[in-house]
Amino acid sequence: MMLKIENLHATVGDTEILKGLSLEINAGEIHAIMGPNGAGKSTLAYALGGRPGYEVTAGSVSFTPAVRPEPVEGQGEQESGASTSSARTGEGEAVDLLELDPHERAAAGIFLGFQYPVEIPGVSNLQFLRESLNAQRKARGEEALNGAEFIKLAKDKAALLKMDMDMLKRAVNVGFSGGEKKRNEMVQMGILDPQLAILDETDSGLDIDALRTVGSGINSIMRKPDKAVLLITHYQRLLELVEPDFVHVLADGRIVKTGGPELALQLENEGYEAIAEAA
Amino acid sequence: MSESVKTSDYDADRKEMNAEAQQAVDKASTYEFGWSSDIEQDFAPKGLNEDTVRFISDKKGEPEWMLEWRLKAFRQWEKMESPDWAKLDIPMIDYQDAYYYAEPKPREKLGSLDEVDPEILRVYEKLGIPIEEQKVLAGVEGARKVAVDAVFDSVSVATTFRKELEDAGVIFRSISEAIKQYPDLVRQYLGKVVPMHDNYFATLNCAVFSDGTFVYIPKGVKCPMELSTYFRINAENTGQFERTLIIAEEGSYVSYLEGCTAPMRDENQLHAAVVELVAMDDAEIKYSTVQNWYPGDENGKGGIYNFVTKRGLCQGKNSKISWTQVETGSAVTWKYPSCVLNGEGSVGEFYSVALTNNYQQADTGTKMIHNGKNTRSTIISKGISAGHSDNTYRGLVRVGPNAENVRNFTQCDSLLLGDQSGAHTVPYIEVKNPTATIEHEATTSKISDDQMFYAQQRGLDAEAAVSLIVNGFAKEVLKELPMEFAVEAQKLLAISLEGSVG
Repeated sequence: MMLKIENLHATVGDTEILKGLSLEINAGEIHAIMGPNGAGKSTLAYALGGRPGYEVTAGSVSFTPAVRPEPVEGQGEQESGASTSSARTGEGEAVDLLELDPHERAAAGIFLGFQYPVEIPGVSNLQFLRESLNAQRKARGEEALNGAEFIKLAKDKAALLKMDMDMLKRAVNVGFSGGEKKRNEMVQMGILDPQLAILDETDSGLDIDALRTVGSGINSIMRKPDKAVLLITHYQRLLELVEPDFVHVLADGRIVKTGGPELALQLENEGYEAIAEAA
Repeated sequence: MSESVKTSDYDADRKEMNAEAQQAVDKASTYEFGWSSDIEQDFAPKGLNEDTVRFISDKKGEPEWMLEWRLKAFRQWEKMESPDWAKLDIPMIDYQDAYYYAEPKPREKLGSLDEVDPEILRVYEKLGIPIEEQKVLAGVEGARKVAVDAVFDSVSVATTFRKELEDAGVIFRSISEAIKQYPDLVRQYLGKVVPMHDNYFATLNCAVFSDGTFVYIPKGVKCPMELSTYFRINAENTGQFERTLIIAEEGSYVSYLEGCTAPMRDENQLHAAVVELVAMDDAEIKYSTVQNWYPGDENGKGGIYNFVTKRGLCQGKNSKISWTQVETGSAVTWKYPSCVLNGEGSVGEFYSVALTNNYQQADTGTKMIHNGKNTRSTIISKGISAGHSDNTYRGLVRVGPNAENVRNFTQCDSLLLGDQSGAHTVPYIEVKNPTATIEHEATTSKISDDQMFYAQQRGLDAEAAVSLIVNGFAKEVLKELPMEFAVEAQKLLAISLEGSVG
């Protein structure tokens, strides 16, 4: 099991937002969390990311990175330089996620796709991602990527997300449209190559074409036997592109109902309230 | 494709810088350059009086006119008072309790770099940063040429590439040598841009300046290499009083780099330099500084007092003077590199990053004096305040009555770290000609929790995240620096912010 959340309670300020949330995610699975505004969806994402101000008051979160396939000798060689799919240390060992600092959680393989990606003026996307990736690799005891290796990786991932390389040379999210910011999150995910992606309303504010691009990006980057995704969304439409294995309804800080993809359709038709009350 | 590869190489370099910067942060739990070299000193007696001035002049074997000039300045200085208009809280300085002159024991003339005092080479090594200069010093084939005139404890002890510069007609000397070898040139310009009576610290410098640099670029000559001088303050209680004079004749160009670090001392050290630049028709002078003098400890004990007067005169038509500074050091910084734009169509630029941490105080900025028609100036100031520090931008833009069609653009951005630091912007704008266009923009911001968490979630620890964000904030200025200086500047920003996070 990759992620095991048990009885998680979290407060923001004096308000308890998560009230005993439990959730289990295996490698190779895609989970969707849906729920009304204020149910605690973003709080769950931030609590898992370790954001200061989101205090976990009870419960546990155990994270077990999947064993990564060793690159095949010779065949993998040409790619290995630019690929981040090399073996990670501590593979298969469970870690107490709540004990780790945010950057340590990132290095362990957790990626947060932000609902509102943040601007960092004067720092190019390429510089930001290369420093981030190499900081993660260093923490995992892997070799840093040099400039040429990194640029190749970035180009591949940008092409996958139909992102212009010029965008990667611009300052992080500065002057980006809403859709560009979200695509940029996906490029970052592609480059950082996480084990578990927690995507917080990545579909909000996207037009149809951008939504398709993001959807195919999630599929191509994350739909793998050794990876998992936790999709936080309000809407069914992303789930038509990225079909979840499980759909959970989050209401008042707890998961009140779990089902297959059909649950999302039901939610779309009947609304959260009816489902949450029935549960 | 090839363009991207270039970009990647560039980014590779940047990455390496940042990795180095990170390492530096990791190990810099205390001030890294806190050491002093063991070289014999020949001190002037402690204290300041006419005898001190005579001692210095005599030590240097100066001509009579120079001594008289110094004495005149000293007598003037005695009647002056220390300025108190800056937003600085400066303890009383006892000028009688300091040494005003110290130099290494004279050595035989050096034939090559191999003969340079290993101690001095070690000093460079420890400073570590200017990679190109290191290569040059190490004799690496094909290294980009940077001439290094080492002002080591007040006296020039090594000058490289003198021959090549001489072939180009460039004069690059310690000012002491120039006074003896080119007395007419020095007399013509010394004190002409910064008058002897200009201010308390400049006048003091006139009386007791120890050494410094003289540069003369003849008509039409593009200086074949960047000129670089390293100042070190290396003796306890030795105030340093550098004097720099750069003259660029018609149509010439020179880029001058000044970089500094100082060893750790408990005693406060006084520093009062004067830099004068003169640019004739179509000449350009680019003057870059990275200043990293000891800022004092985390409780505000010790540190350099840095009172500098830097001024450039755009004398000729279409001349240009550009100041770029990265100020991370010193307990107190009082510094306003300025441009007097007399020549028609002349251009003045000021790019500044000033970072203060702990109990540092900086009051820095520029003066753009527009006297000529169609003169233009640009001011980009980035102030970063952390700890309990105070950081003030103070700038003057003045447009004279005869200066038609002047343009100025000023941008002052302040970044605050923590909730104990201060940032202040004090712009003075005096316009006496209605055709002028003056723009002033100012912002104050903090590193947001959003930015910090975003960067950390991508894998950067808190120190690396702050360093990245701060370097991004300062980028507009850092990109004005020559590459090797940009490396040093990035490191310094990271090192200087050590301990300001969390």
